[in-house]
Amino acid sequence: MEFLYGLIDSLLPFEWTEFAYMKNAFLAILLITPLFGLVGTMVVNNKMSFFSDALGHSALTGIAIGVLMGVDNYLLSMLGFSLLFALCISAVMSSGNSSADTIIGVFSSTGLALGVVLLSASGGFAKYSSYLIGDILTVQPPEILMLAVVLAAVVLVWVLFFNRFLLTSVNTDLAASKNIRVRLVEKLFVVIIAVIVTISIKWVGILIINSLLVLPAASARNLAKSMRSYHFWAIGISMFSGVSGLIASYYMGTAAGGTVVLIAAAIFFITFALGHVGGKNRVR
Amino acid sequence: MEQCKCSTQIRNLTVHKRDGVIIHDVSLDVHHGEIMALIGRNGAGKTTLLKALLGRIPYSGSIVFTNPKGERVQKPRIGYVPQNMVFDRSTPMTVADMLCANLSEFPVWLGHQKEKRERANAMLEKVGGYHLLNKRLGSLSGGEMQRVLLAFALEPLPDLLLLDEPVSAVDRKGIEVFYDLVTSLRSEFHMPVILVSHDLSHVQRYATRAALLDRTIVVSGPVDKVMRSPEVQEAFGLKLAREVR
Repeated sequence: MEFLYGLIDSLLPFEWTEFAYMKNAFLAILLITPLFGLVGTMVVNNKMSFFSDALGHSALTGIAIGVLMGVDNYLLSMLGFSLLFALCISAVMSSGNSSADTIIGVFSSTGLALGVVLLSASGGFAKYSSYLIGDILTVQPPEILMLAVVLAAVVLVWVLFFNRFLLTSVNTDLAASKNIRVRLVEKLFVVIIAVIVTISIKWVGILIINSLLVLPAASARNLAKSMRSYHFWAIGISMFSGVSGLIASYYMGTAAGGTVVLIAAAIFFITFALGHVGGKNRVR
Repeated sequence: MEQCKCSTQIRNLTVHKRDGVIIHDVSLDVHHGEIMALIGRNGAGKTTLLKALLGRIPYSGSIVFTNPKGERVQKPRIGYVPQNMVFDRSTPMTVADMLCANLSEFPVWLGHQKEKRERANAMLEKVGGYHLLNKRLGSLSGGEMQRVLLAFALEPLPDLLLLDEPVSAVDRKGIEVFYDLVTSLRSEFHMPVILVSHDLSHVQRYATRAALLDRTIVVSGPVDKVMRSPEVQEAFGLKLAREVR
C-alpha cells in the first residue's frame, strides 16, 4: 500500500492526492470503474439494467439481515441475500409465466420495503441511510484489496466465458444448438452482477450504483461497432467518469458517487448526439 | 429397421405445455444425406418439434442421433438456422465477432485471432456472404443474415442441420441461392437436414422426403408421394392445386 501511495504522490503531485482517504478513493475508483464498465456491456446487451437496479435495492434487506444477526460486517449478509435474490428472480423469469419487468419490479419493491421495515424495526433506518448514496472516501486498504481480487476474478471469467455470454445474449436457441448450457451461463452472469453490485454498494450507494453499471456501456454503444471497441469505450468512459468525478467532487465539495454519475450521464448525451450525427449505422 | 442408416431417430415424442399437448407420439426418421421437409399448418407443432430436437424444452419419448458410421452421438452438434432471428439490432457486434465466438474460446472482446478470422471469412465465402465479415450484425439484410446464420450453423460441421423457415425474409433470388447451397451441402457432407417450410413449391423442389405434422406425423415418405397423399391434398388443398399446375 505504501508503495502505491508513494506512486500516487510522485505521479500525481496535486492537492487532492495529499490526503490518505483521497488516495484510497482514487485506487478504489481505478478498480471499480473498469469492473463496472466491463460487466455493464453485457448488462446492457441483455437488457438487464432493471435487474441490476433491483439487486441494488435488495442490498438494504441484506444489511437488515446482517443487523438482525448481529454481525459487524454486512458484506456477507448482503452478498448471501443478493445471490439468493438474483437466482430467485432469474428462476421465476425463466419459468416464463409473467413478463420480466413485472417480476423484477415485484422483487425490487419487496427487497426495498423489507429492508426498510426490518431496519426501522431494529433501531431506526437513519443509521443506514449512508448506504443510499454511498461514500467512496471511506474505503479502506483491505477493501481495496478485495476489490482488486474481484476485478481479477471477473476479468478471468470474462476471458474464459465471454464468447458463451455473447452467443447466449444474441439468441438462446442458437447458443443451445452449439451445446452451450444456456441456463448455466445465464446463472453465472446473474451471480457476477450480484457480487459486483453488492461489494461496491457501500461506496457507490444503492440509489446510483445502477447508473454506474449502465451509463458507460450505454454510451459505448453509441460509438462502437464491434465487441472490442464496445468494451474499449465502456471501460474507458467508465474510468474517465470515475477519476474525473472524484477529482471534481473534491474541489466542488460534492458527493463523489453523484458527481461520477453526472459526468457519465453527460458523456452519454454527448455520445448519443455523436452517434446520430455520425450516422454510425451507415458509416461505421 | 435395424439396418436403417438413420441420423436422427425420433420415437414417441410428446411435448406438454400448460395449455395441453402440443405434439404427441411423433415418430420420425431422418437419414443421412436427405432433406426432410416438415410441413403443416400454423400451430401444428413444427417449431415445438425443432425446439425438442435442440433440447430447449422438456419432452417424453426419445431422440437418438447417429453419425454416418452408425455410432450413437450423445451430444449432437446441431446447426440451427432460425426463422427471422429476433435479436437486438443495435448491439455493437460484427459478423466476425459472432463467427469467431463460435470458432474459438478466445474472447472476442479482446479481438480475433487472425487464423479464426480467415476461417470465418472462408465460411462466409462458402455461403456466398462476401465482404460481410466486418459488417455490423444489425445492419445486415434478410438474405445476408440467413447466410451468416448458415455459416454459423455449419461450423463445426453439424450432425443435423435444422432450417426453420430459413428464407422467409429473403428475396426471390436469395432463396434460390440459399437452397442451392443447402442442396450442395447435402451431397458434399451427406448431412441430414430438416427443413420447415410453408412454401410447398420449395419443398417439392429441394426436399427429398417430407412429413406432414399436425400434432403428430400424419403422413411421411418420399416427397412426391407425400405431396400427392390425400392428407396433404386436404391440408393444403387449394394451394397445392395451384402449385402443381
